[in-house]
Amino acid sequence: MSTYPLLSLAIWIPIVAGLVVLATGSDRNAPLARMLALFGSIAAFLVTIPLWTGFDIANGGMQFVELRNWIPRFNINYHLGVDGISMLFVVLNAFITIIVVAAGWEVIQEKVAQYNAAFLIMSGLMNGIFTSLDGILFYVFFEASLIPLYLIIGVWGGPNRVYAAFKFFLYTLFGSLLFLLALMYLFINSGGSFSILEWHKLPIALGAQIWLFLAFLIAFAVKVPMWPVHTWLPDAHVEAPTGGSIVLAAIALKLGAYGFLRFSLPIAPDASHELSGLVVALSLIAVVYIGFVALVQADMKKLVAYSSIAHMGFVTLGFFMFSAMGIEGALVQMVSHGFVSGAMFFCIGVMYDRVHSRQISDYGGVVNKMPKFAALFMLFTMANAGLPATSGFVGEFMVILGAVKFNFWVAFAAASSMVIGAAYSLWMYKRVIFGDVANHHVEELSDINKREFAILGVLAIATLWMGLYPQPFTEVMHASVNDLLRHVAISKIQ
Amino acid sequence: MFDNFVVPDLLPAAPELFLAFMALVILMIDLTVKDRRRTLTFALTQLTLVGCAVIQLGTSTGDVVYTFSNMFVDDLMADLLKLFLYMTVIMVLFYSRAYILDREVMNKGEYYVLALFATLGMMVMISANNFVTIYLGLELLSLSLYAMVAMNRESVTSTEAAMKYFVLGALASGLLLYGMSMIYGATGSLEITGIAERLYGGGVNKSVLTFGLVFLVAGLAFKLGVVPFHMWIPDVYHGAPTSVTLFIGSAPKLAAFAIVMRLLVNGLITMAQDWQAMLVILSVLSMAIGNLAAIAQTNLKRMLAYSAISHMGFMLLGITTGVVGGDARFALNAYSSAMFYVVAYVLMSAGTFGMILLMARAGFEADNLDDFKGLNKRSPWFAGIMMMLMFSMAGVPFFIGFFAKFAVLQAVVAAGYMWLAIVAVLFSLIGAFYYLRVVKLMYFDAPLDESPLTAALDMRILISANGLAVALLGIFPQVIMSLCAYALLRSL
Repeated sequence: MSTYPLLSLAIWIPIVAGLVVLATGSDRNAPLARMLALFGSIAAFLVTIPLWTGFDIANGGMQFVELRNWIPRFNINYHLGVDGISMLFVVLNAFITIIVVAAGWEVIQEKVAQYNAAFLIMSGLMNGIFTSLDGILFYVFFEASLIPLYLIIGVWGGPNRVYAAFKFFLYTLFGSLLFLLALMYLFINSGGSFSILEWHKLPIALGAQIWLFLAFLIAFAVKVPMWPVHTWLPDAHVEAPTGGSIVLAAIALKLGAYGFLRFSLPIAPDASHELSGLVVALSLIAVVYIGFVALVQADMKKLVAYSSIAHMGFVTLGFFMFSAMGIEGALVQMVSHGFVSGAMFFCIGVMYDRVHSRQISDYGGVVNKMPKFAALFMLFTMANAGLPATSGFVGEFMVILGAVKFNFWVAFAAASSMVIGAAYSLWMYKRVIFGDVANHHVEELSDINKREFAILGVLAIATLWMGLYPQPFTEVMHASVNDLLRHVAISKIQ
Repeated sequence: MFDNFVVPDLLPAAPELFLAFMALVILMIDLTVKDRRRTLTFALTQLTLVGCAVIQLGTSTGDVVYTFSNMFVDDLMADLLKLFLYMTVIMVLFYSRAYILDREVMNKGEYYVLALFATLGMMVMISANNFVTIYLGLELLSLSLYAMVAMNRESVTSTEAAMKYFVLGALASGLLLYGMSMIYGATGSLEITGIAERLYGGGVNKSVLTFGLVFLVAGLAFKLGVVPFHMWIPDVYHGAPTSVTLFIGSAPKLAAFAIVMRLLVNGLITMAQDWQAMLVILSVLSMAIGNLAAIAQTNLKRMLAYSAISHMGFMLLGITTGVVGGDARFALNAYSSAMFYVVAYVLMSAGTFGMILLMARAGFEADNLDDFKGLNKRSPWFAGIMMMLMFSMAGVPFFIGFFAKFAVLQAVVAAGYMWLAIVAVLFSLIGAFYYLRVVKLMYFDAPLDESPLTAALDMRILISANGLAVALLGIFPQVIMSLCAYALLRSL
């Protein structure tokens, strides 16, 4: 175990780096801003590596804990720690931030410093969310992270960006405000503590648990997003710049799912059992219905956005199977989706930068002009469809196995989505990449450059690594997931 | 003949006496000032306020001290509120400086003297322990403000605003006086602590008392500017010269909070059930109308006026939850949360109006929302400051506005009014929309006017400090939170 405050460093290095980048000011200093941002994001990633290498896989509790007084007036503490559930997301987040900074290297030419600063600051805030063990600290990071994303969508987004930015902000704010009240209720009922770990032990009557669960559900369902509160996501994705889409899909969506494991299940276990049917139903609708919606999209980004919702449906489904297989599968799915959806959005960004269209119908025969790109895009499309040997398969397969134990028909419906997933992913790929060269825009395409190749290459390695040898990812989860399940199995009603 | 005459202890009122004396001195010195910029008057005014703060700190005992035959009280709550008051007025005068220099008719010595008298009025309100003292302070404040609103006498809208303010303000004072007379009739005392004792003893005519209470609350609601007594706020905020709007929109909220505490909590705490019910209605209506009407505004000053209404409604939530079912266990928590809210609001409000003043130039007011379009292109730094102020007003962390809302909400939840908390957060969600719109204008839209900002250096530094304070106090809210709690603990 390291004696350095690694988690604080993981939070504050990107934020401080973001402020430094911001200080470079106008676009005359753009190259400096880019270099500083890259340097900052790599430094932030490096400090998260010891979290993984130094992680004690036998320990299901919190590790790398930091505890300081923050606001003694309300007994709010600066309390950080990671367990097997949250640790991988800190690493993933730091990794994706490097990708995002690199992805905007040439594309973003306006307000470069502000662009990179927004992403760095957001990265720090998100690390804060994954590591907070104090309810208010969590909430503060949770809500503060809306600000940079709101600006990213609104300033660097597409034509309908203002609408998308407002929708994103107000939807998520709505969810989190009720969540805040739930936190206050817990504060009063626990005799004045905001410690999440204390709340895990707090006995609560069933009625209250159900209200708490619903408040959590609204907050996290909006963030995940689950059907029927998912409508902000396609808008936000379509209008966001490539980097914004990557962060949104790879990290921001995970926050809601993570919230289920940190708040809903352990704090309201009886209500979770009671209402698991509701969540399972909503998840299945997301998996099947949203899968069909994805099939008919004409816009590539929208298609991947809907496919993200379907994939996140798998995640919430896995959580509410109450089995180690289901939860670990869901966690693997979350990490994998981080790589795959990030890569998918980056691929679309690559094409958009050249043709300035996201419509599937504007493409065709791209493989003739961009063979290297087509090969890599193929890999990620397959991973998105859940092909074995890619990371996409591991998670979905584990969730379906978990579901079989829970209920055969639930597993059946979930499994059918693998077919739908293959259909929309491969069909899009076929229409965009294969066939004859569709028009002069495609004719003028140039293949990916070194920077783009490097980004996609790294993501491809990650995807294949997780698909072929998921052990390093799953072994860190076991102890914590088992602890969680033992905890959830015990009733808190007294 | 003079047997009954006792020289009152002047020490607790030393800052007031100093300020009154200095205001008169400055008025006379100003007659000799030839400088058109009135730098001497300005400097003396600021020094007077600093002097008040020094005297306040020097004379504060931390105990509750009564003087002038119990008409005047000096306690820790008064000390703290007055210190915030001096700070606010100093800030306000700095912000106003460039604006009034550009507007010939306003740059008179009277402007500064009126500001000092208004400050004196607020100080008297904060320290009042008698209906007469409250009224005295209130009128001193109001009359000074009427004159300040009308100061730009060439402007039709300002004159109209002053007229409206005067008529409605006089009506509100009438209501307040009427309520006070009723309560005097029922209890036979004008002294706030005396009334509390009478009520505690019982045997008071309840119907006369309740009747008086209704008028008293209505009068207070007028002064706070909460629905349905809010009509003057948008017109006055909009019509007054921005420097005066800044003044009206910041410091008097501290004094209004103080008289609510003095009258309702110190005096009429035994009737808490009655006035809390009234305040709940006022508060919910204010949050509803304030937030909804703000959406429809195109003028920033008017939008902030409605936002002020909703903020005062939110603050009242803290005061309504002090006594639950006759149990005053939560009182300290509730009232200190309201006090923290007011202090935070004043800081944000001063910064926001300060931004409008920063952008204004001679002959250009910068008070339309569209004037903020593309500010990020013109000045990324000040766009950033304004963005922090807006997010803070909306109650988004890490800014002080979040912890202000947090403190009040936890008081409401602790008192068991979950439904009230839900109503409050839903209206803050609506409120977030129009604050976000300002951010949208600054960041997402192209500027109408590409010229860089021309404000003076001191103004830039001060506004920056104000904006950064909103962020820093949001990261470390503990200091002010515990100051408020401690002051109330020692005063109640």
